[in-house]
Amino acid sequence: MNITTIVHIIGFALIIIGFWGMLTQKNMIKIILGLAIVETGVQLVMVSFGFIEGRTAPILDSAVELSKVSSLIVDPVPQALVLTAIVIGVAVNALMLTFVIRLYQQKRSLSINDYKELKW
Amino acid sequence: MIKRIFSAILLLGFVFVFFIIVNNIEEATALKGVGKEYAERSGNQELGAQNIVTAIIVTYRGLDTLGEVAVLFIAATGIAVLLRRKKKKIDPGKKKRESSEILLTGSTLLAPMIIIFGIYIFLNGHLTPGGGFQGGAVIASAIMLLFLADTSYKINHNVFGWLESLSGFAYVLIGILGLVMIGADNFLDNRILSLGTFGSILSAGAIPVIYTLIGLKVGTELASILDNMKGDLE
Repeated sequence: MNITTIVHIIGFALIIIGFWGMLTQKNMIKIILGLAIVETGVQLVMVSFGFIEGRTAPILDSAVELSKVSSLIVDPVPQALVLTAIVIGVAVNALMLTFVIRLYQQKRSLSINDYKELKW
Repeated sequence: MIKRIFSAILLLGFVFVFFIIVNNIEEATALKGVGKEYAERSGNQELGAQNIVTAIIVTYRGLDTLGEVAVLFIAATGIAVLLRRKKKKIDPGKKKRESSEILLTGSTLLAPMIIIFGIYIFLNGHLTPGGGFQGGAVIASAIMLLFLADTSYKINHNVFGWLESLSGFAYVLIGILGLVMIGADNFLDNRILSLGTFGSILSAGAIPVIYTLIGLKVGTELASILDNMKGDLE
């Protein structure tokens, strides 16, 4: 078992833990934390897809010879993608927590069972 | 009970799918496609940036980053609208104890250093791991420290609002400068400024400028989000 597989397993395990939290918890803050854990797992899996054994980070310092860059570094594209995903994740989580704050101000309850308006 | 069973079935389905994925992943052994293209172009010092991830985010995929900043801005605006200040103050409940002298002095001593560290991170975004988003988050964490240490601490909304608007405006302006100075398909090109010596702090053309603007914008935006969420506990 090499490093990429271990990271994949950790990432997928985080995704499953997060989904378990979203499906079973009643507290809305815990549901949002579940989604945040799913995001972390997805980011971990995504960034590990760019990993290549025995290569260095995509930064062209003295460790990387400029003439053969593409055979010395790991894939920079997943890393750039994950950076975007993290920032968007923060924005989405903040917005969701804001909705929770507003709902709490209205009904003084954090339990999802007290909000039946959208239930069919 | 029936809900728990359905959840368990769903999660087992996920486990099954992920098991197949992990078993069938082909390990990458070489760069291909866009990754290889970006690596080779950076090797030829096309943009003068040492950090290839920064080169991708700020220049090669600059339009995506502009969209990302826009998403963050819209989220911050939405939060401000939802948590608009009302005349009625929130009930604080039991009277809180004042922060101690040590906590106040320590946090006001630490906060400027954290902000300087954030500035260091976004100024070195083209040389080392880091950049505007990370630096902005570090700056916002300094503001968060002040909020936590001193419940009556208030930020100056005028300064933060203007800083955020001006940095966003300047970011788009630099993008348009690329169109004007270089060519019709060079929106957000960093070569509007001289590329400088490869690996020095004043290199990579407009990348440090753009990352400074992004850092200021993200920092002030996240600080305003924190301020809105904190509410007025008087």
